[in-house]
Amino acid sequence: MQKVVAVTGNEAVANALRQANPDVCAAYPITPATDMMQRFASFVSNGEVDTELILVESEHSSMSACIGASAAGGRVITATSSQGLALMWEMLHIASGDNLPIIMPVVNRALSAPLNIHGDHSDAMGARDTGWIQLWSEDAQEAYDNTIQAFRIGEHLALRLPVMINLDGFIISHSIERMEYLEDKAVEDFIGEFKVVNALLDLDKPKSYGPLILPDLYIEYKRLQHEIMSRVKGVVLDVAEDFEKLSGRKYGLFESYRLEDAEVGLVIMSSAAGTAKDVVDSLRVKGIKAGLLKPRLFRPFPYGEMAASLQNLKAVAVMDRADSFGGYGPVFMEVSSALYGSSKRPALINKIYGLGGRDFLPAHAEETFLELVDIAKGGGIKTIKEYIGVRQ
Amino acid sequence: MSDLIEIRWHGRGGQGTVTAAKVLADACLSGGRYVQAFPEYGPERAGAPLRAYNRISSNRLRMHCPVLEPHVVGIVDATLIDAINVAEGTPENAMFVVNTSKGPAEIRTRLKAGERQKVFTVDATKIATDCIGRALPNFPMLGAVVKVTGLVTLDHLLEDVKKSFGKKFSQKIIDGNLEAVRRGYEEVTEG
Repeated sequence: MQKVVAVTGNEAVANALRQANPDVCAAYPITPATDMMQRFASFVSNGEVDTELILVESEHSSMSACIGASAAGGRVITATSSQGLALMWEMLHIASGDNLPIIMPVVNRALSAPLNIHGDHSDAMGARDTGWIQLWSEDAQEAYDNTIQAFRIGEHLALRLPVMINLDGFIISHSIERMEYLEDKAVEDFIGEFKVVNALLDLDKPKSYGPLILPDLYIEYKRLQHEIMSRVKGVVLDVAEDFEKLSGRKYGLFESYRLEDAEVGLVIMSSAAGTAKDVVDSLRVKGIKAGLLKPRLFRPFPYGEMAASLQNLKAVAVMDRADSFGGYGPVFMEVSSALYGSSKRPALINKIYGLGGRDFLPAHAEETFLELVDIAKGGGIKTIKEYIGVRQ
Repeated sequence: MSDLIEIRWHGRGGQGTVTAAKVLADACLSGGRYVQAFPEYGPERAGAPLRAYNRISSNRLRMHCPVLEPHVVGIVDATLIDAINVAEGTPENAMFVVNTSKGPAEIRTRLKAGERQKVFTVDATKIATDCIGRALPNFPMLGAVVKVTGLVTLDHLLEDVKKSFGKKFSQKIIDGNLEAVRRGYEEVTEG
């Protein structure tokens, strides 16, 4: 039995965290993630979880406390956004390098300067190379489902990796939507008991975390991290299969929407993908063979699978809600890397959209599709990287 | 998609407009419908103009952007009619529900409403003052919007409003608000 509710994205994810009943949560408030941790703190105060809540003085400290608690042998969570994630940066590498399966929802928000609190993917894209698994969510339901699955993925004995679950700030975190909660017992059984590995608090078997490794072995250690990451896709798919049995909701490495016979397509993440799907449907009615690919697992990136899904299209626009000034958008860089090895591949353009919470409207998706139709007809690419929805 | 109803609310900070949108979304969950409720986030100040939105449909809602062509426009503060374009993007059969002590004919002129657009008025501020002793027009407006749209029954709405108060409020406050919803529902008039 699933319970139908109308809740915000933050409330939905806070409930998934409650159902996982972590041992430790170390948190520091930042908009728009504040409200998620505030709700979780209420669960702690009301005795609905067994979690020890540590209120710290910064995000650098929250991640440090998470690392200590995780190494000690506990199931550990936190959540953050934007500058908070940026301040965690050096500790993010330590969490992954020490194989600590910390679970962290990231409510995506723009980075300063100038100061902006709204939805944008710059924060988590900046954490791309920190060695964390990244899952991205379209709406409150996906954010909830991804959070539950994240515990199974990160805590898997073949991985033991930290996981970020991304959801769009305000657009999802603060909007009320209909979604379905799984029963507490079903989630508890699905996630299973936390398996302690190399606990620092196991005093009979002393361990050392984060020792000095000199040039004679450092690259071997990093090579191993890459190898562990290469196992993630399989685990993500296995967990998704079990989750579908439980919930009826299907997840993969990414979602393909009307892509099989498509000639033009968008690669677009998170909440904007929903808006773009409605546009795909309306273009199909007009006889335009439009399709869409929505990335879910961004780290590790499923290069081969994505290339196979996109190589037969004629023209594709990769949509980025983050930028690399003087470079292409981060998703574009991955998609073009994925396609370079294919003998057949579509023309590829990059659109930067929605920075700092600027609305992504159906008209933006439509005008991009029409540009792709023109390119597909042989009209040629005018500019590879362009910004959309910019006021002149 | 034909059964999709999109609502845009115009209010000022402090009038409970966002709460009205949230309670409406919750009430419309019945019958397996999909709902959304979300405000436009800006600097939140009492008295500043704000917008909030609802989408209600029997199909899954995937659109994640503001409502651009609202079927229903709820105007919680009539001074906004002269301050901003509350009719922006409205289709020719749109409905306006306005909190005002003026009659619907006068408001129709001020809105420059189209021939097929419907204009409803309700004195939500007076109702709220009568029922709860405060000029909080959101719940009478909610009652009026539910009446003209027929989205849920009055009884169903009252149940949800009651639920939204939780356990923190006295029976007197809850009863006053329920009466405000009921009067908004009953007193809204078309012109």
